[in-house]
Amino acid sequence: MSMFFGKSSVDSDERRRFLRSALLGSAIAAASLLGFLPVVKRWSKRLRPPGALVEHEFLAACIKCGQCVQVCPVKAIHLADATDGYGLGVPFIEARVQACDFSCDALQCTLACPTGALSHSLSTKEQVRMGLARVSNPDSCLARQGKGFKGPARGADFPGIHRYAEIDRWKAIPLADHPYDLESCDLCVRECPIKGAIVMKPMSDDVSDRRRTPQVTADCTGCGMCAMICPAEDSVITIEPRAVWRA
Amino acid sequence: MKALIDSFLIMLGKTPVRPDHYTPEAEAMLAAKRTPEAREERKRLIAEEKVTKHKNHFWRNWRWVSIITVNLLFVLSYRMDIQVVEGALTGSRFVGFHMADLNSALQVMLAYKHVLINLVIGTSTILFVWWLFGGRSFCAWVCPYHLLAELVEQLHLKLAAKGLVKDHPLHRATRTVLYVIFVLLAVITGYTVFEFISPVGILSRAFTYGFSLALLWVTFLLGVELFYSRRFWCRYICPIGLTYGVVGAFSPVRVTYDMEKCLHEGECRKVCMVPHVLSMTRIGYAQDVHMDIGADCTRCGMCIEVCPSKALKFEIKGLSKLL
Repeated sequence: MSMFFGKSSVDSDERRRFLRSALLGSAIAAASLLGFLPVVKRWSKRLRPPGALVEHEFLAACIKCGQCVQVCPVKAIHLADATDGYGLGVPFIEARVQACDFSCDALQCTLACPTGALSHSLSTKEQVRMGLARVSNPDSCLARQGKGFKGPARGADFPGIHRYAEIDRWKAIPLADHPYDLESCDLCVRECPIKGAIVMKPMSDDVSDRRRTPQVTADCTGCGMCAMICPAEDSVITIEPRAVWRA
Repeated sequence: MKALIDSFLIMLGKTPVRPDHYTPEAEAMLAAKRTPEAREERKRLIAEEKVTKHKNHFWRNWRWVSIITVNLLFVLSYRMDIQVVEGALTGSRFVGFHMADLNSALQVMLAYKHVLINLVIGTSTILFVWWLFGGRSFCAWVCPYHLLAELVEQLHLKLAAKGLVKDHPLHRATRTVLYVIFVLLAVITGYTVFEFISPVGILSRAFTYGFSLALLWVTFLLGVELFYSRRFWCRYICPIGLTYGVVGAFSPVRVTYDMEKCLHEGECRKVCMVPHVLSMTRIGYAQDVHMDIGADCTRCGMCIEVCPSKALKFEIKGLSKLL
């Protein structure tokens, strides 16, 4: 080791320098370990973009470059901050604010991912399993009260966008620019990008009963479109990240 | 070979020492330089140069243009959709080709424990590019933290000159120890632990994707460099620098030293971020009359700018022979 310390390794300047190095070096290592806390304590359970590997592998494989963010046509993907610990720079989706609606068709984010943290093995949107939609707040549901809906789904100021196939197959437009006039609210079913992932079920056998209840099926990908479109103040539907379907 | 090993050891933290033997040319030149007349002549030249010398920032200006251009290209590729280089410095696509930062790719593969094909492609591309351009030239010519740290360093030196702050050097082997620690942490925890504190990734992402709380960490590091330890991160901590340093050890682009022209006044070592690579500029420390500057050199060119006798210059190995 003497070559690393030179001849003067005994004098006090050298000793102080060594102590300082040990102290500051440890401080840096300690700072890097702070990232553990949010991960282990699961402070944030994030909805990850399509194709994400299981969480701990996802955090390891992601190179934190944001290429998935850049290709998303509806800008649904964001990078997490330092409060996510080792999830810093890792992509997530806030479905209620801006859901993935598979506008890109070909899962652009998974194709953009340089490391396969967003798995390249998916080829259709139907194969995606980001999580599951849950009817978590049924009392607010307009359909369950037999009510209709009129106006833009989330109000005139809502910035979220969505691609309406019937308007422009290639361009997403703001939800605010697409008002509805529905006799009976079925927005979650109507705008779901996966056929049959959510359905409206009558609430009784009585044909004159207009009440319907949304029901999530095994085909749900967890994309969150239903959670974004739901016009109820607190969304009736929330997305449970990484939840898997159990019959 | 011995020179290469020594250059590696010095990069890892070894203190440069006088060589135990010199080449005959160096021995003769050294003897000539040590005569009283030669000493007087050098003193006269140094005194003269203090009067006539004017500041030269040729390489620095180009370097700043380079750092700003590269980082701006990242930002504009997304913000203005010019799609030249998409992603961040950790991983990107340059007109469609995968590129991956060597250290980030290493962290990912150690944590994930898979060899990822795209990453191998991206890493090979970057490996080739930085082998060609000089390894740690990444630091001086691309890294955004380097630019910020450089500005803070100027401030630190001004404050130090007024006696308001004092530089507290660390042992350079700190970086080597931390490198091993970060490798082990990635393997053991399965997380890319270093990426959590890497100012390069944090800055690069913040430029393109917007504000992040992690910028506070970068500010803190700059504060340490301003008030406590000159170039703290780049000199003693950053594993990225060491990774690129290893690549640069074999690079054709390097700074070379010409003992004959050297006045041994040490201006180059004063401005250098990694002055240990310039140890041969001390009288009696050069084994040969012509030498290559070691692997840890960032090819920033500041020593070249400050050298009054043109004893240091950029060279591309093989090219001069070819021409």
